[in-house]
Formats: sequence, C-alpha cells, structure tokens
Amino acid sequence: MLKKALIGAVALTALTAAQAQAQYSDSKIKIGVLTDLSGTYSDLAGKGAIVAAQMAVEDFGGKVNGVPVEIVSADHQNKADIASSIARKWYDAEQVDAIAELVTTAAAIAVREVSKEKGKIDLVSGAASTALTNAKCSPTGFHWTYDTAALANGTANAVVKNGGKSWYFLTADYAFGHDLQAQTERVVKANGGEIKGAVRHPFPNSDFSSFLLQAQASGAQIIGLANAGADTINAIKQAKEFGITQGGQSLAGMLVFITDVHSLGLETAQGMMMTTGYYWNRDDETRAWSKRWSAKMDGKMPSMVHAGTYSSVMHYLKALAAAKTDDGMKVADQMRALPIKDVSGFAINGKIRADGRMVHDMYLAQVKKPADSKGAWDYYNIVRTIPGDDAYQPLADSKCDLVKK
Amino acid sequence: MMTLFGIPTAALFGQLLLGLINGAFYAVLSLGLALIFGLLNIINFSHGAQYMMGAFVAWLGLTYMGANYWVALALAPLVVAAIGIVLERTMLSRLYKLDHLYGLLLTFGLALIIEGIFRQLYGISGIPYAVPKELAGGWNLGFMYLPIYRAWVVIASLVLCVGTWLLIEKTKLGAYLRAATENPALVQAMGINVPIMITLTYGFGVALAAFAGVLAAPIYSVNPLMGSNLIIVVFAVVVIGGMGSIMGSIVTGFMLGLLEGLTKVIYPEAASTVIFMVMVVVLLIKPAGLFGKGA
Amino acid sequence: MTTNSVTSSATGPNKGVSRQAIFVGILLAVGLIAPFAVYPVFLMKGLCFALFAAAFNLLLGYVGLLSFGHAMFFGWSAYITAHAAKEWGLTPEIAVLLGTFCAAGMGAVVGWLAIRRQGIYFAMITLALAQLMYFVALQAPFTHGEDGIQGVPRGHLFGVIDLSDTLNMYYFVFGVFALALFFLYRVVNSPFGQVLKAIRDNEPRAISLGYQVDRYKLIAFIISAALSGTAGSVKSLVFQLASLTDVHWHASGEVVLMTLLGGVGTIFGPTAGAYLVVTIQNYFATLGSWVTIIQGVIFVICVLAFRAGIVGVLRPFLKKRGIEA
Repeated sequence: MLKKALIGAVALTALTAAQAQAQYSDSKIKIGVLTDLSGTYSDLAGKGAIVAAQMAVEDFGGKVNGVPVEIVSADHQNKADIASSIARKWYDAEQVDAIAELVTTAAAIAVREVSKEKGKIDLVSGAASTALTNAKCSPTGFHWTYDTAALANGTANAVVKNGGKSWYFLTADYAFGHDLQAQTERVVKANGGEIKGAVRHPFPNSDFSSFLLQAQASGAQIIGLANAGADTINAIKQAKEFGITQGGQSLAGMLVFITDVHSLGLETAQGMMMTTGYYWNRDDETRAWSKRWSAKMDGKMPSMVHAGTYSSVMHYLKALAAAKTDDGMKVADQMRALPIKDVSGFAINGKIRADGRMVHDMYLAQVKKPADSKGAWDYYNIVRTIPGDDAYQPLADSKCDLVKK
Repeated sequence: MMTLFGIPTAALFGQLLLGLINGAFYAVLSLGLALIFGLLNIINFSHGAQYMMGAFVAWLGLTYMGANYWVALALAPLVVAAIGIVLERTMLSRLYKLDHLYGLLLTFGLALIIEGIFRQLYGISGIPYAVPKELAGGWNLGFMYLPIYRAWVVIASLVLCVGTWLLIEKTKLGAYLRAATENPALVQAMGINVPIMITLTYGFGVALAAFAGVLAAPIYSVNPLMGSNLIIVVFAVVVIGGMGSIMGSIVTGFMLGLLEGLTKVIYPEAASTVIFMVMVVVLLIKPAGLFGKGA
Repeated sequence: MTTNSVTSSATGPNKGVSRQAIFVGILLAVGLIAPFAVYPVFLMKGLCFALFAAAFNLLLGYVGLLSFGHAMFFGWSAYITAHAAKEWGLTPEIAVLLGTFCAAGMGAVVGWLAIRRQGIYFAMITLALAQLMYFVALQAPFTHGEDGIQGVPRGHLFGVIDLSDTLNMYYFVFGVFALALFFLYRVVNSPFGQVLKAIRDNEPRAISLGYQVDRYKLIAFIISAALSGTAGSVKSLVFQLASLTDVHWHASGEVVLMTLLGGVGTIFGPTAGAYLVVTIQNYFATLGSWVTIIQGVIFVICVLAFRAGIVGVLRPFLKKRGIEA
C-alpha cells in the first residue's frame, strides 16, 4: 500500500489527470491473467485465456479514457500457495488492478482472499466451485462463466431423467471435486436417484484403474466423474480399457469442455451429455468471434472458459470507463449496474447478482455422432437452453453475507 | 457377482493385478538402484528421471521417427543409458573419493534439471501413448477383465528381473561384478578394468529404469513427473529389502506391490502410505532390511 | 574448522568479540531498515526459509546427518499453526509455539527411527518418512488437501500488536529469526555442540570416549526439527496459508540446496543461501519450471565445484578480521 501510494504520488498522476478527468491510481490499467499454463487445465484455460483477454483489450481500443491497458500473465500451476503469492505481488508491487481467468478452485479461492483484503477486482472464469459466491463471496469478486450448481442442474438432471438412477462418483480430491459431487448428489436425490458411494482420487492423476475397479464393484449404473480436464479424459479412456463401459455401466462427465471432447475424439465421446456456458457453433455471432480467436490459436476452438474470460474482461473495461476510477468498490458497483453485452455471444441474458454470480443462459449439449459432424470442432447438438435463473443456485439459498435477507 | 471374503472377485483380483503391475515397476527400479549402489556406493536419485526419459524417448521416437513400441522397447534403454554413461563419466566419477552423500546430492540435482526441462517443453498434463495394437484389448476371465497390455507388463518385468539375476549370479561377467562389489582394489589388481565396469554397471542400471519407463508409457501416459513420485516409494522398497541381494530387491518389489493392491481393497485410505508403514516396522525389527547384511 | 574459530575467539577475546559485535550489529541494522527498501513479503519469505535452512544446517553441518525429509516439520507446523490460529482463534505467538512443539514431537519420533541407520540410509529413511507424512497431510481432513488452509488470520501479537500491518509482521518475523539464530549459535558453541562435531568428524572415536552418540544425535535432531517447525509456523502466518507445497519433497530438497549454496556448517551461510534461492524463485516464478532447472544446475555446480558454499569461501577472509561467520 505504502509503496503504491508513493508511486502514485510521483508526478505521473498529474499527467494522467491532464489527459483525462478520470482518476486511475497510476498511469496504467493492468489486468493480470492468472491461469494454468503447463498442467492439467492448460488446454481448457491457459494460453487461450490470455489471448482472449488481449482480444478484449484490443476490441475496446487499448485505452480506457486515454489510459493504456496492459495484460500481464502468470502460471499458478494449479497451486493455491503460488496463486496467492503471485496475486499479492501483483497487487502490492506491480500495480495490477484486477485478476482474471483463475482456473482451479483452490487457486481461485486463494486469490479471492487476497483480492478481498486489498479491495481489488477478481473475475473468475475457469474455477467452478459455488464456494466463490457463497462462503467466499466478495464485494469486488465475480464468478463469470459457470459453476458446479449449473453443471449439476443441467447434466445430472438429464442423465437421471434418461434412466441413470444409481450413481458412484470418481471425485478429484479438492474443493472443486467435493463441491461438484455434492451438487450432483443433490440433483440426483431430488430426482429420485440413489448414491452408491464415491472414491476420491489425487489431483492431478494419471492412473485411474484402481478407482475404476472400485466404481465397477459398486454396481452403480452411472459412474459420475466429478473432475475435469486431463483427469476426465484419462478416466474415460481407462474405463474403456478395463471393459467398464462394455460391461453396461456408463460414465457421466460432470464437467466436460469442448477441448476434452477434441482430445477424446467423437468415436469415444459420442452421445455424452454435458452442460456448457458457450458453444462456438451456436449462432453467427459466436462463430464470428470464435473464428477470430481461432486464428490466433492454431485453429483450435474456444472453450467456455476462453469466451468467459473475454466477456468478463470486456465488461470490466466498460465499468472502468464508466466509473472513471480504478477504485475496486466503485468499479464493482458499475459492473453490477451496466448491461452485459459483447460481441463474443457469451452471457446471453446476463446479469450480476449481489453474491457476485454472473447469471446467464446455459446450454445442455450432446456430443454428435462422428457421422453427423460437419467439420473440425463441430461436436455438439444443443439439446436445450437452460435459462440462467433455472441453471444457477437461487439467490435466496446463497450463504454469501452480501445477500440481504 | 461372485464374491470372496465378502469382496467382489472382480475388484479383488483387479486390484491385486494392479498391485502386481506396480510391484513390477518397483522391482525393476529397485533392482537397478541396488546394482548401482553395489558397485558405485551411491544412491541414484535421478533413477526416477531416467525412467521418465525412457517413456519420453519412446514417445519422441514414435512422434518424430515413426519408431513403434517394440523398437522403442529395444532402443530407449540404450539411448537413456548412453546419456547416463556420459553423466557418470563427466560428473559422478569425480565424486567417488568423497562422502557418498555428494553422489546423492548430485543425482538429485540432475533429476531436477531433467524433470524441469521436460516440464518446460511438454507441460505436466501428460501425453497419451497408445497401447501397441498387438497388445490391445483384454480377456474376460469370468471373475475379472484382464487388459492384455497389463498382463504383458508383469511378464516382461519378471523375465527382465530373472534374466538380470541369472546374468549376475551365473555368468563370469556377473562373477567379476560381484567380486568388484566386495573388493574393488583386489579385482583391479587382477587386471580387470574396474572403472569401465563401474561405468557399464551404471549404464545397465539406467537402462533398466528406461525399460520400465517404456513399459509404463501406455499405462500412465508420458508425464515429466511420472518418475519423481515413484522413486521415493522405490527408496522405501530398497530400505525394506536392504541393498544386500539382487533377488531380495526383486522379491521385495513384487511383494510390496501386491500388498499395496490388497490395501486398496481392504482399506483404500491407507494404500498410498502402507509401504512407508512397512518400512517403519522393518526399521524397528530389522534395521538392516529384510535381505540386508549388517547395519 | 569451526572448532578453531571458537578457540581463536577465546584466546583473543577483546578484539575478536568487538569486530564480531560490529559485524552482527551491521547485519541487524540491515535487517531492521530492509523493509523500507525492499518488498516486505519477499523479505519475510526469505527470513522464514533462512531460519528453516539454519535449523537444517545444525544437523548437516554440525552432526553430519543429511536429512532429506525436513519439509515434514516445516509443512506440518505450518498446518498446525494455521489451524490453531484460524479454527481455535489462538494468538500468533501461542500458535507458533504450538507448531514448534508439535515439530519437536515429530522430530523425536522420526529421529528415533532414522538414527538407527547412517549416511545414505539415513537420507532415504527421512525422505520416505516425509513422504508418509505428505500423504497423511493430503488425506487428513483438517489440512483441506489440495486447497490447503486458506485465509489464516495473522491476529494480534500478545493480543495487542496488530500483525495484519505488514511492518509489524515483518519485525515479528525478524525477531523470531534473530532469536532462533542466536540460540543455534549458542548450541553450536556449547559443550554439547563440541560433542556433536566430534561425532561428525569421527563417530567411533566419540563412542569410545564414552559419549552416548545416539542420544546426542537425537537431541540435535529434535532441536533441528523444532526450529524448522518455527520457520514453517511463521511462514503460514506471513502468507496466511498452509499448503501441500511446504510438505512436499521439493521443499526438503530446497532446504538442502540453500544450506549447500550458502555454506554447510557456517552460521550465516544458510541465510545467504536462502535469500539467493528465494530471489531466484521470485524472479523466475512466472516462467514455469525454469526455477526447477536452475535449482538443479546450482545443485550440480555446488556439489562438483563449490562444496564450501558462499560463506564457506568468504570465511577465511572474514576470520582474518576476527569475524566468525
């Protein structure tokens, strides 16, 4: 704080004030993209999220009221302690104003603690746990893309209604996995399903065989995968190797990204149901944005985390411009007040609630058969649109202390 | 579903099989460690990294040169052993006159470098390596489903272990090696080039690790971190078995793998710690290890 | 080497002691004004690791035992302090003491097991036991596995001084560090410390002189474990977080590296080594695994060509001027 105040005091403020009437605490807006650049989640978030954030800055014109905007990035390696110390360093010593993306719940919560203490904005896109809008909510913290409640409400509902009544879970052993399992169990039980048990696996993990054998022994119809990224991919592949899917049990990936479907291939993934906050091939707007992103990413297509990062950074920039300051609380107020709309086609009917949840329409998708796919990355049929208020946890149930009861 | 002692047989035999596979890796790796320790008196901390390199060489060969699994199985150990021999000649050999702990520290440093480089190049999410098509699929044995590749891993490791044992116990070369382990000065005096034997032994130990790495690639996927977590368990295996005998390290490896598998059925929470607990018990009862000589 | 320096300062006390006092005084002054020039969180991290390395050095430098599992004391104390401060609302000094005592208790058990073997076996056993404790930390509910214990309150020291103020926190950490280092210095230069060095230099001779070597080793192990625990405890308050990283074997390796780089068996070596390693981490933190590669390279260089370490190299130069480093 001291150092920042000193730097702020040095001449530069006068210059800035002359350029624009806005009050930005140093002559620059800095947005940090903190993500997994080397690990299990580097495909679904990672470099693509940095590219998306940069696109948002470019699309906004590169400046907010004449003040240049810069993107910095770092690899948190999915570790809470690394994320926390990078966030602290960014806020204390490098004048970063907001941190975006934040895949991995453990890392996101660690950054949330620091951001809340310093009154800075965080824009969570990749992390899934509802803890971020409940016990860990913050007046300057936002959860943008999706969460475990929305996944369970979408996918688990559909699977149980298709006859998958008894469940056994393979759960990534950290906050995200536990939360995803709990949310799914809630939906399964509410629909009259039964929980046969669960096994927690280390995160990240490469050999799922012994956990799969436990799941097989349970005799459950559905093996629910409460994990993500490379963990989900490995579990699905190894289930095939051990003859589990041939034996009549089916796997339900509770969190599947389009990048995972791409790795698995349609042959393996066909027929899977999933909930997503974005699909690139949904309409003209999403196609146009995704193709621009794709051109910078060697022809890959964006996951919902990539699109969500773009959308959240864009909205943050708009709020910065409207607030004419980078004071976290004032920008957060503007973020809640302004309508959410951008060219990515993300955040349809989006609005930000008191608990920091950005509620928007979600989609229940089914993976196409190889024969039905019309080209590269044409993977999903959108089965139905889930209105935001149905997808997410009702505000009344939120344990966030910012919600007036 | 059939059950045995109240446990479904598919689960019981499945877990035992997985335990046997882990045991196979423990056996091959601790065998290599024991060989190197016997002659060089150092604990090769980079053993895990060399195991990982074996897997990566297999994957690189497949990706860039179209070398299939069988070629990799033959060539990767040679490539990694060659790298190991260079390291031994240029670095390790300078430390033989010093406290043996320096050898441990040097190989630890090398392990960090190797692991770091592969992490930097390939990330840590792991790269899939397909099961060779000759070994794809599985047999339904009635009481369990046995993937063919996993059966192959157990058999290949067993053959390798027994072969190494025969080489050391029953051949003239092995006799020199055993003699040099007991008394290098005397063997040198008899006109045998001990430094070359040391180098070749290190190379052979490393080759064993790399072979295990190739075997592991289709199961665990190719991952820069695959060796570092395994090697610590192997250290515990070595402490339990004692460094005394070749057969000792093989038997201990397989037994502990099975024990781990069994633990997964009976009390899964303890599966990752059971080997370390056995180590504690062995230290209390027989500090030199089950097959060790002296303290 | 260390024995000599003690006798020399005993024969020429006036000059030697005063120079030594000036040297230590300068270091203290640097420590006191440092937070006004350098990012305090970085300084505190360095101090925590410096204390950790100094505690580790007691074993490696003065008893000749290479423990490859010291992260278990460091990391577990961090968990215990974090839990005590967060869930039980204990004041920071009590929480740190609790962490230290638990580390001492663990040290007693681990030491008792590990000193049954020597040399390489000792290293492997400590490593394996640390891995055991790592898995326990991974699975025990109160550590929250991968998430770690987050949002640990720094609290009020003695119930009055607010540690959430960065400067207050810094001086608390610095005070703990200075006291612990002074304590280690006294231990090393006590009759007890002389026996430890005798064991290091020639264990059979120490036995034949009638010393109960195992008891001395065990006590040294417990002291080392306890102070490693103090370091971990304080770190959990600085970062308000206790996580698996601190119990992982990488942390055990890092402390070996710090000690080796700074100078095994020197008083200020571990501190120098710790700051150097932490600086490297800080610099390359955003560049992924470069930190690991560089650490490996330093390891290799230290072992092959730089076994005395930084302070070990400077030591003869300082000693001529009556300074024991």
